[in-house]
Amino acid sequence: MNITKNIHEWLFSLMPETTASIVEMVLIAIVYLGIFAVAGLYLVLLERRVAAWFQLRLGPNRVGYQGLLQTMADALKLVSKELTGTIKADKFLYNLAPYFVIVTALMAMSLFPFSKEFQAFDINIGIFFLIAISSIGVIGILLAGWSSNNKFALIGAMRSGVQTISYELSVGLSLLTMVLMTGSLQLSQIVEVQKHGWLIVQGHIPAVIAFCIYMIAGTAETNRAPFDLVEAESELGAGFHTEYSGMKFAYFFLAEFINMFIIASIATTVFFGAYLSPFGITENIPLLGVFWFLIKTLAIIFLMMWFRWTFPRLRIDQLLVLEWKYLLPLNLMNLIIMALMVLLGLTIQF
Amino acid sequence: MTNEALQNLISSWIPDPIAIELEFTEEKSQFLNITVQPEQLHQLMTQLKSNPDTNFDYLFCLTGMDWGKELGVVYHLESTTHRHQIVVKVKTEDRENPTLDTVCKIWYTAEFHEREVFDFFGIKFNNHPNLKRLFLTEEWDGFPLRKDYVDEINMVIK
Amino acid sequence: MDTTITNNFKSEEYQINMGPQHPATHGVLRLLLTIDGEIIKRVEPDLGYIHRSIEKMCERDSYQQIVHLTDRMDYLSSHINNEAVCLTVENALQLEIPERVKVIRTIIAELTRIASHTLWWGVMGMDVGALTTYFYGFRDREMINDIFEETCGARLTMNYNIPGGLMFDIHPNFVKRTKEFIAHFKTKLPEYDLLLSNNIIFRKRMEGIGILTKEDAISFGASGPVGRASGYSCDVRKHHSYSAYDKVTFNEILKTEGDTYARYQVRILEMWESLSIIEQLIDNIPEGEFFAKTNTVIKLPEGEYYQKVETARGELGVYIVSTGTKNPYRMKFRSPGFSNLSLLNHIAVGGKIGDLVATMATLDLVIPDIDR
Repeated sequence: MNITKNIHEWLFSLMPETTASIVEMVLIAIVYLGIFAVAGLYLVLLERRVAAWFQLRLGPNRVGYQGLLQTMADALKLVSKELTGTIKADKFLYNLAPYFVIVTALMAMSLFPFSKEFQAFDINIGIFFLIAISSIGVIGILLAGWSSNNKFALIGAMRSGVQTISYELSVGLSLLTMVLMTGSLQLSQIVEVQKHGWLIVQGHIPAVIAFCIYMIAGTAETNRAPFDLVEAESELGAGFHTEYSGMKFAYFFLAEFINMFIIASIATTVFFGAYLSPFGITENIPLLGVFWFLIKTLAIIFLMMWFRWTFPRLRIDQLLVLEWKYLLPLNLMNLIIMALMVLLGLTIQF
Repeated sequence: MTNEALQNLISSWIPDPIAIELEFTEEKSQFLNITVQPEQLHQLMTQLKSNPDTNFDYLFCLTGMDWGKELGVVYHLESTTHRHQIVVKVKTEDRENPTLDTVCKIWYTAEFHEREVFDFFGIKFNNHPNLKRLFLTEEWDGFPLRKDYVDEINMVIK
Repeated sequence: MDTTITNNFKSEEYQINMGPQHPATHGVLRLLLTIDGEIIKRVEPDLGYIHRSIEKMCERDSYQQIVHLTDRMDYLSSHINNEAVCLTVENALQLEIPERVKVIRTIIAELTRIASHTLWWGVMGMDVGALTTYFYGFRDREMINDIFEETCGARLTMNYNIPGGLMFDIHPNFVKRTKEFIAHFKTKLPEYDLLLSNNIIFRKRMEGIGILTKEDAISFGASGPVGRASGYSCDVRKHHSYSAYDKVTFNEILKTEGDTYARYQVRILEMWESLSIIEQLIDNIPEGEFFAKTNTVIKLPEGEYYQKVETARGELGVYIVSTGTKNPYRMKFRSPGFSNLSLLNHIAVGGKIGDLVATMATLDLVIPDIDR
């Protein structure tokens, strides 16, 4: 892109090399923080409108045109709230916990290929890095529950810990199933391979199974319904973030939506061809890839929201039984089938 | 069973009619009423439940009463197999420390009902597993549903 | 003021307070749970947060005023509560009630039952996590509330039944709107079955949980759908008929498993039965008076009177002891929720916290009914 090249050259001409690279990285970080904030805000609004649509009501549509400024107003309100805290809470850990979830979410956002030219960090172990980062997020939740010094928060945090650790296995294995077809963990390579057809089409049956398992496990990873007993409102008040208010609560709340965006983006990249248009119709127009990426991601996000407002929630032991006794063996079998298919050359290529 | 048959059956259980007095009456009520002494209460209740001809297995109302001079409890019993109903009343004259036997081992529902009677009338029940006040706070003084209860602040008397 | 239970308390157990403000306890109820990990060892309810001493107030109020107090007890079946007191007073005075009054009372009682069960269904879904059902349940309840508002003037505490009959005659639109409601609701109930009842997650949450055997149900005094789900035939409308129930044919829904799913199914099927009762009566409301003449000051003859009715929650009993004056000497309300709550400890022990929430939702407790 011409703009980024120009800025890059201008910076490097102004300052010595190391300072220029640091300034460049800071600029990129600020841009991504902006994307993060805007995405978070508008995803919250989308959730509220979709929920209202399922529940036969209207949802927020007064603040701004069709309610577009609603989350802005909510964010302003949250910023101005008093930061309460309990006396017996462990101060340092209590304040540290929200940052864990936010930082891991930001780090994961930087890997996605929104368009051919628009990717911040193209590391050669892309998928592996993503899975590793999302595992760190669970530490934030456990810290939040423990340091609040509140029995309900502790129960919620423990449940969340066990849930995330169990379902990471399924996420990893289902992504591994797809990586078998690409031969590389690097995200830009994965998108290159999909120029011959999206991976879900190339892999037909095992890929569809892997996608279903990935959706179930991804919903469980982000603690969304039907696996949301972590924050089961009807049972425990508010789970691990009971004691948080104001901006810190906003961090947890936003981080949940960004995690949902990340899971959907991984699904788009690995299964549905990231920024590639269907049948390659608009490959020539430079930044249109972003539009295709967003459409596919939003479709998957809508699916996840649909789950939330339809199904009841699972109990903790049922959730663990689902993972360890059903999803994991299914996943392993699927992996073997996919390996056989790739070996025998039975994938569909365009 | 009709009320007369019930009355005859229950009277036939008493070996010694003079020592153990049971009063039967049907006036001013739609059911057969039995008034029993506190000492025979538990035995009568056990027999009312276990005897297959009467089989009163459903205690549908347990009411505390203050008759002015005496305190007591009124039990409304029904049989789910024969569908007859009966009322058992027990009174005690002791207003300082009234005590009766519990029936919560016979009908489990009595556990909560007897706590309510203790809360409002002060009647203690022997062998009750958890006899504490139910609705009012632990420190409340007095027994509100008694007729001689006076409360300047909370009671509005017309 | 901490009422901890210090007997049977082992070191690895901990105590949690559920309530009095809690989304799942449906009112102000405090439950003291003793838990080991996720398994519940003991549940102790702590009542009295909404105790308004209704029984003491009844000793100084006249009978017409008492009827108004009873709507506030179980506010979701307010018509049926009023009907209970009115029937007791009318039987004591041996009043002849016109047929029209009996039929209208039955229709309104069944509409109230449907309204209460749709609200229960909405809240049940919400408690197990299906947050959308709340809105669907309330949407249908709104239609019934609108019918009541037109006829009785109020949406929640209706005060329409009075000793002697009804307060005013039904609105001319009543029959038409009720028929529209029945037609609308018959299309909605299968939708609810499709959404929630046959959902595999829901069934796994509900089957095999909170089992109550028939002997325990009778001994604990469980009535209403809770008792019927355990195979205990306790429908007051069948065994001790009142109003116009002996003129209609309907089934008493009995299930034998006694678990949470059975209680759920009993209520859903009861809604179908209520619809059928209303259909049988709505076209044949007899003409006549809507009121039987009573004195302005009602004095019951000396004696004791008892009347049972079937509310949406179970068997409500009204016991009046009268000494011939214009106020009762003693008035006792035997509320269904009180007995249903006492079996919570028995059936929730050994399960998990999630099971406790599902079980309590199917017991359908309304706390003002328990606390009076």
